[in-house]
Formats: sequence, structure tokens, C-alpha cells
Amino acid sequence: MTTTAAEPPKQSFHLGQLIYDTRYRSLTIQIVALVLLMLFFSWLVSNTVQNLATLGKDFDFSYLGQRAGYDINQRLIDYSSESTHARAALVGILNTLLVAFMGCVAATIIGVIAGVLRLSSNWIVSRLMTVYVEGFRNVPLLLWIIAIFALMTEGTPQPRDFREGGTASMLLFDSVAISNRGVYVPAPVWGPGSLALGIVFVLSIVGIWAWRRYAHARQERTGEILPVFAVSLALLLVPSVLAYFVLGAPIGLDYPELGGFNFAGGLHLRNSLIALWLALSLYTGAFIAEIVRGGILAVSRGQTEAAFALGLRPRRTMNLVILPQALRVIIPPLISQYLNLTKNSSLAIAVGYMDVRSTLGGISINQTGRELEGMLLLGGFYLLLSLVISSAMNFYNSRVKLKER
Amino acid sequence: MKRSVFFGAMAAGLVAGAASAATLDDVQSRGTLNCGVSTGLPGFSSPNAQGQWEGFDVAVCRAVAAAVLGDPQAVEFVPTTGQTRFTALASGEIDMLARNTTWTFSRDNDLKFEFTGINYYDGQGFMVPKALGVTSARDLSGATVCIQTGTTTELNLADYFRANNMDYEPVPIETNAEAQQQYLAGACDVYTTDRSGLAATRATFENPGDHVILPETISKEPLGPLVRHGDPEWGDIVRWTLNALVAAEEYGVTSANVDELAQGTENPEINRLLGTEGELGAMIRLDNNWAVNAIKAGGNYGELFERYLGEGTPIGLPRGLNAQWQNGGLLYAPPFR
Repeated sequence: MTTTAAEPPKQSFHLGQLIYDTRYRSLTIQIVALVLLMLFFSWLVSNTVQNLATLGKDFDFSYLGQRAGYDINQRLIDYSSESTHARAALVGILNTLLVAFMGCVAATIIGVIAGVLRLSSNWIVSRLMTVYVEGFRNVPLLLWIIAIFALMTEGTPQPRDFREGGTASMLLFDSVAISNRGVYVPAPVWGPGSLALGIVFVLSIVGIWAWRRYAHARQERTGEILPVFAVSLALLLVPSVLAYFVLGAPIGLDYPELGGFNFAGGLHLRNSLIALWLALSLYTGAFIAEIVRGGILAVSRGQTEAAFALGLRPRRTMNLVILPQALRVIIPPLISQYLNLTKNSSLAIAVGYMDVRSTLGGISINQTGRELEGMLLLGGFYLLLSLVISSAMNFYNSRVKLKER
Repeated sequence: MKRSVFFGAMAAGLVAGAASAATLDDVQSRGTLNCGVSTGLPGFSSPNAQGQWEGFDVAVCRAVAAAVLGDPQAVEFVPTTGQTRFTALASGEIDMLARNTTWTFSRDNDLKFEFTGINYYDGQGFMVPKALGVTSARDLSGATVCIQTGTTTELNLADYFRANNMDYEPVPIETNAEAQQQYLAGACDVYTTDRSGLAATRATFENPGDHVILPETISKEPLGPLVRHGDPEWGDIVRWTLNALVAAEEYGVTSANVDELAQGTENPEINRLLGTEGELGAMIRLDNNWAVNAIKAGGNYGELFERYLGEGTPIGLPRGLNAQWQNGGLLYAPPFR
């Protein structure tokens, strides 16, 4: 009991340890970085506040409730110059969503087709796709938007050329007019009974889904392959067409007709929408084509050979073996292409398409002088939209990714 | 070392932010005037064949530069669109804006700018191809109208069609050049903007005679240069430079005879204007010959009008409201005393 372990010498804490002692160093660095970051942001905010004060401006969102006073040509909801700036922003948001949605769908279709065809063994087809991909990928999007818009404005006839004795005429039994103000197509007119027709249509889609499920289950059980495609097509068309005639043709068509300065009636797809949509789809489609090609090449050649060895035909090999595996590689970069397309739609101003950038972030700002408020709202909107798209696609990605057991 | 540089830059940024109120000092220490103009509207502001900006609005910039710096060439022209002009001015990118901008209550007070006078009394009109056979703006129901976004004309257009129960299809356009291209391609039936702008645009067409400007004037568009709110000293300099050009025409001071008259005349008003009598220059912190420089830069108001817009030019605008008050116009410079 005489020997007791000497107490370890009590180290007194000194400041130098914060830097030289590995136990504290990382903490110190993080705190310093945090303080600097906070200083930077507080400087940013105080600078903004100070500059606003110098200009005699306040920070106020109440302008959104004031009368907008300007007109918007493409409106998916009711809007007039008597509506508020908030309503104008909403009209713009819907226009952005419309072109982004149409663009994403078209870009995916174009991209998948071009990506698969670029791997084609046909020399001409694969080279053509290479030209498409490299041509669109390597030229700025803005140029494509303007080029397509200019082509449509300069290369198509004016509405007054469609008059009797004019140089232009309508297509498809006088139902479609392609003019330099846009494409006019017949618009559906929903008569009484169209709701019933709609219900029949939805029911036949449910029927298709049920039939595919049944066919799949039966194939799993017995190995017998049922004709899925033909039956689906019949289910889609036959009940709807029958109901259409039984109900006495409830859906009519409103044909565009030349009246006054412009075509009246029908559906007016403005050149600005078409140019923006085409340019966004073709541009993003080129990137998606490369993603699809990369995804397919990432599936090892052995998989194809194994599928052939089992006696699967090339189309089934593609659908059942290659694509499900390729999707895992394709989906994540595809998400960022969708986000790019959505954000790129803000180039709409180049062709006068009234998206949210043109209404909320353009005319409203200009008429009210609320630059900071407008830009913050605009940034917030794009951030929110991107996060929604990204989380929806991530959800889909988690469904198709490799299920590890 | 690095950190001190960082903080130094930060401090400099703060100081710069605080000091921007004194535009005159900024301009004099910089040695050039940053002047916002349009992206190209013949007669008002457009680059000529040598790449030099010229026009009626450009001349105002040059006169201010001459008054402040003694050199009409010491101007950095910043082309702005209808949408970017106010942000450019509010952010301090430009010292003044001379871009056929309409003086309105809300721009003056809500957007926090200071209009320093009116250099062109205008009104909004419509231009249509003659072939359409339209003779009145009341016949335009259902027409497609090209309109520059972010302008007062956009709001007037909406009000006019609404008040007359007509509908129309607006085609929003960013610049005058784009509007011209769309209009000529027939993508819109009508182009609407200030009547002076219509005349200027029409003058550049291959066949100006094929297009008519409709008789209706649907708004008042007093166009003038403007500066930021909060620097009254700088606002006064721009205001009185413009007044000097107008007064010079009234008193018969031209770019040709200004040097001679600056030797002294019988007329005390001219003497005060040209700085041979009194200390008017010092009151706005400029040299006493500031007005002489401004007038020498391009001439008095009448000379500028004749050179860029008048009946001798392809644009061919009559003086109309923009004549001196003795001749039935609205130009009326306050006394120089």
C-alpha cells in the first residue's frame, strides 16, 4: 500500500492548445469558419438594408395585391389587366410549368430514341444521331431558341395570306393553319354527356391496367404469354368509340377560321411556346440521348448474351434485361436534366413567352420597382419547383434501383 | 496578410456603398459619365456607321458630360432595354438615364427616381401597314399588337383596349429592333409605342410609305432624362443643363456663336447663362463656363432637334409641342438668375 500510482500531472489548459492540440483543432477551425460565414451574411444583409435605405426604398410584398395593369397573351386561367400582380405571377407560373412539362416529356422521348439509335449497327442511322447530339449539345440553347423562333416567324405565311386567293392554305381538310403567329388547331368542345364519355375512358384505362396485371400473373404461374398489346389497344379504343356514338357525339371540334386580323376559334399554339418547347426538348434531348447510351453501355455484354442463350428475342432482351438494369444508371443524371430544362425555360423572354420570369420577374418588377422582392420570390419559386421535381424523381429512382436483399 | 486584404476589401465595399450618394464626385473622379441609352432607336440613340452613339437623347448625355467634365466625348454609353433601364439606374451602374423614358408619378415616387425635365413631349400612337386598310385605332379590335415590355405604353395599351371594349393579342418584345423585325415579318398587325419612336422606326424601313401612323394619340408621354432619388445636387446639374439648352435656343445662342457671345453681350440673361456675369456655375459646383461647354457639345435644343429628328431628317418630325413657348410649344426654361 505504499506505492500509489502517481497522479497524472494535471494539465492546465492554455489557448495555444486550440490550434496545436489535435483534440481541439478541428473544432476551432469549424467555429472560426462559422463566425466568418455569419459575418459575411450579416454584412450582406446590412449592406442590402443600407443600400435600400440610401435609395429610400422599403421591403414590402404588398405590391402583389395591387392591380397589374398589363395584359398577358397566353393564359391558362382567367386573367385581365384588372387582375393583381399575384395573379399575373400565377399565370406566369402555370406557363412555366406547361412548357417545362411538355419539354420534359418530349425531351425524354427524343432522348431515348436518339440514344438507342446511336447504338444502332446501321452506319447512317448512328452517324445521323451523332450529328444531332453533337450539334445540339454544343451550341448554346439561346441560339436554338432564337433560330427556331426566327424560322417560324420568317418562314411561315401571315394570316392574311390565307384569305381567298392568297398564297397559303390550311392543312388537313382545312383544320390546321400554320402561320407566323403560331399554329392553329381545332379545339375540342365539351358538350353534355362528355363527362360520361370521360368516365368510360378512365374505366377503360383501369381495365387495361387490370388486364396487364392479370396477364403478368398468369404468365408467372403458367408461362403462357397472353396478347397484352392488342387487347390493351382494343380496350382503349372500342368502349370509348362506342360510348361516343351512343351518347350522340358529345365532343365536337371548334375549327380555326380566318376572321378579322387573325384566325378565330380553335386552339392557338403561339410561336413563342412552340419555339421554346422545341428548342428545350431538342437541346435537353441531346443530353438525355447520351445518358441513355451510357446507361445501355453500362450493362455488361454478358447479360445480352445470357438472355440470347435463354432464347429471348432482341426486343424482349432490351425490355426485360437491358433497360431495367440501364435505368438504374440513367435515372440519377436524368433528374438533373429535368431540372436543367425547367430552369432553362426562363430563357423564354428571348421569344416573348410569358413565363414566370417575364411576369413576376419582368414586367411586375419593372412597373412597381420591387426588384429585390420580385427576384427573391422568383428564386424561391424555382428552388421549390426543382426540389419537387428532384424528390419525385428520387422516389422513382428508389423504386427501380437494385433491391438488395 | 490575406485576411487583412479581405477585411480591407470589405471595408472598401462598405465605404463605396455609403459614398455613392455624391454622384458628381464619382463622375469627376472617374473622368467619364455613365449614361444609359436605348439599345438602338434611330434619331434618339443609336450607333452610327463609325460606331459612335448619336441622337437626341445621346446629345443630352454629351451636354451633361461637357458641362461636368468639359468634354462631350467623355461618356460611357450603356445600352438598356425597357426592362433593364431602371435596375441599371437604381443600382448605380449608370449616373443618368436618357432613354425616351416617360415621366410618371409612380416612377418618380415609387421607383425612387428624379425626372430632371422633359426633352420631348410625346404621345403613344399605332403604326399599321397601309395594306390592312385600317384608318382608325378603333378598327383594331382583334389585332395582334407588338409592344415593348416594361413600358408605360404597355399599360396604356391595356387601358385603351379595355376602355373601348376591344380585345387584342399582345406580343411582348424586348427591344425596338426586335419589334421592327416582328412587325415587318407580319407576326403582328400593329406596332405601338411613342409616336416619335414610330416615326423613327418607320424611317428605317425599306418602303416607309407602305406604313401609316394612325391619327389617334392615346396617351401623354413626356419623355425626359432621369437620375436616382436622393442626390438633389446631381439632379440639379442634369436639370439645368437641359434648361440651358432650351434657354440657349430662346436667346439665339447656337454652337456657332456661343464663343463670340461668351465674350460678353448686352443681354444680362445671356451673360449669366454663359458665365460672364454672376456665379451660377459655382452654385451647382461647376465651372462658370459649364453652359458654354454644354451648348458647344452639340448645339442648343433647336439645333439638336433639327439635326436628329427635324423635318430635314428621314424621321421628319415637326416641332409641334416641342417648339419654344413663344412659337406655341411647351418649351419654357425657367430664368437663369
